[in-house]
Amino acid sequence: MKILVCISHVPDTTSKINFVENDTKFDTNGVQYIINPNDEFGLTRAMWLKEKSGATVDVINVGGAETESTLRKALAIGADKAIRINTEAVDATQVAKEIVAVIQNDAYDLIIAGRESIDYNGGMVPGMIAAMLGASYVNNCVGLEIDGDKATAAREIDGGKETVSTSLPLVIGGQKGLVEESDLKIPNMRGIMMARKKPLEVVEPNGATALSTTTKFEKPAPKGEVKLVDADNVDQLIDLLHNEAKVI
Amino acid sequence: MSVLVYAETEAGKLKKVAFEVASYGKAVADQMGTEVIAVTFNAADANALGNYGVSKVMNISADGNFDAKIYASGIQQAASVAAAKVVVVSSSADSRYLTPLLAVGLDAGYATNVVAAPSNLAPFTVKRTAFTNKAFTQTEISSEVKIIGVSNNAFGLEENATACTVEDFAPSLAASTITVESVDKATDKVTIADAEVVVSGGRGLKGPENWHLIEDLADTLGAATACSKPVSDMGWRPHSEHVGQTGKPVASNLYIAIGVSGAIQHLAGINSSKVKVVINNDPEAPFFKAADYGIVGDAFEVVPQLIEKLKAFKAQA
Repeated sequence: MKILVCISHVPDTTSKINFVENDTKFDTNGVQYIINPNDEFGLTRAMWLKEKSGATVDVINVGGAETESTLRKALAIGADKAIRINTEAVDATQVAKEIVAVIQNDAYDLIIAGRESIDYNGGMVPGMIAAMLGASYVNNCVGLEIDGDKATAAREIDGGKETVSTSLPLVIGGQKGLVEESDLKIPNMRGIMMARKKPLEVVEPNGATALSTTTKFEKPAPKGEVKLVDADNVDQLIDLLHNEAKVI
Repeated sequence: MSVLVYAETEAGKLKKVAFEVASYGKAVADQMGTEVIAVTFNAADANALGNYGVSKVMNISADGNFDAKIYASGIQQAASVAAAKVVVVSSSADSRYLTPLLAVGLDAGYATNVVAAPSNLAPFTVKRTAFTNKAFTQTEISSEVKIIGVSNNAFGLEENATACTVEDFAPSLAASTITVESVDKATDKVTIADAEVVVSGGRGLKGPENWHLIEDLADTLGAATACSKPVSDMGWRPHSEHVGQTGKPVASNLYIAIGVSGAIQHLAGINSSKVKVVINNDPEAPFFKAADYGIVGDAFEVVPQLIEKLKAFKAQA
């Protein structure tokens, strides 16, 4: 089985979010980059499939040379090969088209992408890849079992969970639940050493055009002070929620 | 030319988000000088969309369970018949599942998490959240057909009584390639996505055996229950209740956090909620900086009092 995991290079979840150049660019100063958490759950699930059934696991990313540290981390976790498409990611349409152009003849049985990246929160790349390849597709995937060319997947729905069966090739939008937080692996020294020798292919882009662009960023307005209510006076809280905030 | 809204149903009835996307669609249509057409699946009460500015409903009859590919194909065919220039969808799990397929089919640029009507039509510019609610972006869509995913509870409902006709629409739909084996869903509970009020518990509750406090308060308010990441990681509560950066986003009118310290990732996920209340015995908890109202106190004392007083308040109202 051939598995591809799409990796986004994103600011760490604790990063302070600031903008520069008249609020047109994200301020990378002092920001640590990580594998997008939703992608990392999928990568770890892919590792389990590799251990169980001898799958090969490739990882792919659209981005500049600065994203290679994140791809190396994926290799250190256990991926076999990394591919970097050498262009700036502008929108989901462009990213999905670039990825599909590179992999369309590679016959991946399973393509895993996070349900969304934690920076732009677009949530479109897995579905767009599935549509472009004509593959089966399950989003918000919280459980996945593969048996031959059949797949059973659980997806989170509003208010619960749905279990579906479908066939490979399959694209999933993954998230926590594919594996647990405690299952995520911190690469060990051996993995890091081995990752240095693994192939990281740099592919030139196909020239896909984006259909949307971010022109400006804005930070939320600063919040006012919290109004404290005495613990013995919950009536006052109810009064404030009813008469001032008008939410009950 | 038209604005097409995808008005979702559940068990044949329109969901609240259907009226929210209709309200948004009407605002866009007014800017463009055109009409709002809605597409629905199996809607028995489609006429109600007329209250929110929809002048025509194209209702599709589809058998069986929700299937993203089939629904996307039906909406795509409706968009083509309606000559839609803008398609508006919600941020429900199902809409977010099917819309990337629709975007590819329509060759449309798609902006998710949109919080306001377009600020400009040429170039077509919308404001959306990014960095999990830690920022907004101005996003320009350049394709001929544009798709807007409206963030839950961001635009709200705007009544706009309009004469509305309902027609059957029968697109050609392929057979499903996906089989639903089982659905595990509490039908008697409010979901986090639909809830006006969310009550959330953190580690401060000390264990799953104390969750009756959260549930009782939620029941009193007709609220959904949620939890922080450590609580779901420890298995006290299911993952589906985890809200925050790697969990679910919350955009309720009222969010009450009990025994939640307020890690930056948690605050990001709930930042779109309009009013935030924190109850925590640690006055230094970061949540107090993000909240509108707070009580410094022991949850085991404050919450039972709050439930009792709220019941009295509800009985009066």
